[in-house]
Amino acid sequence: MFRSNVLVCGGTGCTSSNSEQIIEKLKEEIKAQGLEKEVNVIRTGCFGLCALGPIMVVYPEGAFYSRVTPEDVPEIVSEHLLKGRIVKRLLYQETVVDDSTTKSLNETTFYAKQMRIALRNCGVINPENIDEYIAQDGYAALGKALTEMTPQEVIDLVLASGLRGRGGAGFPTGRKWQFAAANKAEQKYACCNADEGDPGAFMDRSVLEGDPHSVLEAMAIAGYAIGANQGYIYIRAEYPIAVKRLQIAIEQAREYGLLGKNIFDSGFDFDIDIRLGAGAFVCGEETALMTSIEGKRGEPRVRPPFPAVKGLFGVPTVLNNVETYANIPQIILKGADWFRSIGTEKSPGTKVFALGGKITNTGLVEVPMGTTLREVVEEIGGGVPGGHHFKAAQTGGPSGGCIPAKLIDTPIDYDNLIAIGSMMGSGGLIVMDETTCMVDIAKFFLEFTVDESCGKCTPCRVGTKRLLEILNKITSGNGTLEDIDKMEELCYYIKENSLCGLGQTAPNPVLSTLKYYRDEYEAHVVEHRCPAGACKALTNYSIEADKCKGCTLCARNCPVGAISGSVKQPHVIDTTKCIKCGVCMEKCKFGAVVRK
Amino acid sequence: MKSLAELQAIRDKTRAAVTLRENAEAGTRVLVGMATCGIAAGARPVLNAFVEEVAKRGLQDVMVTQTGCIGICQYEPVVEVITPGHEKVTYVKMTPEKALRVVNDHLVNGNVVSEYTIGANAIGAK
Repeated sequence: MFRSNVLVCGGTGCTSSNSEQIIEKLKEEIKAQGLEKEVNVIRTGCFGLCALGPIMVVYPEGAFYSRVTPEDVPEIVSEHLLKGRIVKRLLYQETVVDDSTTKSLNETTFYAKQMRIALRNCGVINPENIDEYIAQDGYAALGKALTEMTPQEVIDLVLASGLRGRGGAGFPTGRKWQFAAANKAEQKYACCNADEGDPGAFMDRSVLEGDPHSVLEAMAIAGYAIGANQGYIYIRAEYPIAVKRLQIAIEQAREYGLLGKNIFDSGFDFDIDIRLGAGAFVCGEETALMTSIEGKRGEPRVRPPFPAVKGLFGVPTVLNNVETYANIPQIILKGADWFRSIGTEKSPGTKVFALGGKITNTGLVEVPMGTTLREVVEEIGGGVPGGHHFKAAQTGGPSGGCIPAKLIDTPIDYDNLIAIGSMMGSGGLIVMDETTCMVDIAKFFLEFTVDESCGKCTPCRVGTKRLLEILNKITSGNGTLEDIDKMEELCYYIKENSLCGLGQTAPNPVLSTLKYYRDEYEAHVVEHRCPAGACKALTNYSIEADKCKGCTLCARNCPVGAISGSVKQPHVIDTTKCIKCGVCMEKCKFGAVVRK
Repeated sequence: MKSLAELQAIRDKTRAAVTLRENAEAGTRVLVGMATCGIAAGARPVLNAFVEEVAKRGLQDVMVTQTGCIGICQYEPVVEVITPGHEKVTYVKMTPEKALRVVNDHLVNGNVVSEYTIGANAIGAK
């Protein structure tokens, strides 16, 4: 029996900032102090507060250490683990009340408004140990479904819960299952979409890294509900930690007979295999994903027939997103009413968001649906750093749109986001401040979709390329007002005519920025000016002679020698040499460098 | 896995190890003095005895943790039991055997083991 548990984050974020080394050092030090029978070191999944990683939490005290380095480890072991003296200087500062008291993590602003259902075990259990998942009521939902419920009762329960697909479109999960169950076939499949492709999104990765069994359990439940005995998880090869933990989890579940033949002596067989994707964005689209599992080139096809009728290998298939599956076991155990009591009427439950961009607490948060964007950005996210102001947030990645500052009090759910021209998407939430140019943002996402378009249909292949060309023309100062109108028309054309979701949603970033920031587009073409100062072709740096003290600091730092002037004389920038890197503006202590 | 009972057995076996991670706001806190003086006087076996006995009895709202030196080194190993709404109880010169009795009498049944407290053992008492 261990008296103390040391949980170290082994998510991708903390792993890349050296948490592996910390774990090794911890074990070494604990052994040196003879504590190896008393203190248990556990590598967990993501805690969510990635901005403060590597993260370490010591129980039973619940001490939350942030930004730990391997050099800090000996002190933590000799002070905290041996003598019980918490190392105050390493604690997450918000948990420190005064010299002698700390508050619980759940009372900090980052965690207080969160509610964890999909992430409930992330940062709590060792994802490579099935026993710990079982200790958290793991596989009890599968047991309940197999021994106490009929497949139809399982579907009815999921229908009643109102759970909607967390991959972005928000289709009711229960209806998807109902369709697949209704189609009679000898072979069916229950698959999991773990091809998370939105730039800046890592919700699914974190679930798989922190709690892989919850997805396996839910897939088996889905298999039972629709009558499938085989599942596939389609995951991108760029997620090596998630893939490894999934493999371990599948092996352990097979060993325990929680996957395989005759599970819980119910006569139900189910097994799961992993299929690795090469990282094409289009393979997140369901028909392309299944084509890729079949071993063919990942290209979408026309729907209908929908996967529930003709899916993988031409048989009825259910395909759900990782986060959707992670909710299922809790719904089976706690019931539809419990789930409906969370969130909004039309969007029950919670949603996980990956916060990124210009925000203090970069990381992973799970909030009830209906939480306002303001709560997520300003309270949980800690606001925009560096004295800047919130300008907009992009949800739904390259398929979504922006939410401007004036709509910051919008409660986030599927229908509200669509009403304001964005979409839930898989949960990437990128925060932008006033130094972000909205035309440039639209261009960034278009560059992504142009790269990722599979090329099967013309509207997407050629249309997005033409859109990007017009955007390039605008940001380089050569656009006209007609270009803006033409671009808008092209957007609608691409939306209506593309084969799959990639093309149908690709123009969204352009359309939503046009909707809320048309004045910025117009400033680019009429005044040849970028209001945010982000488009280099339209920005010029100059030095105001009356403010310049002639300290030469800018001239010494300019990487291309574009600044001339003698000591104590006003300096001048040679705009033909200037590469607009902005170093002079950063270095000037007198605010003499201006950007126009 | 053939039955729910089998699953339940695994759950129960591992449960105690995992609940440790949820007890940060537990009702009763058992603080074992683990400064240099405490360790030298044998506080570690006492601490481990508490942890094991609390887990064995499945006491959900008890948190066992270490604390530093509280300044009465001659009485180590010192154990403090803090229950909200009750006066703090300080046990002194503890041993693993005494720890079992404290868990049984005090933590389970709510009866302070007076003979182990600092009041009964203070120099000059009796």
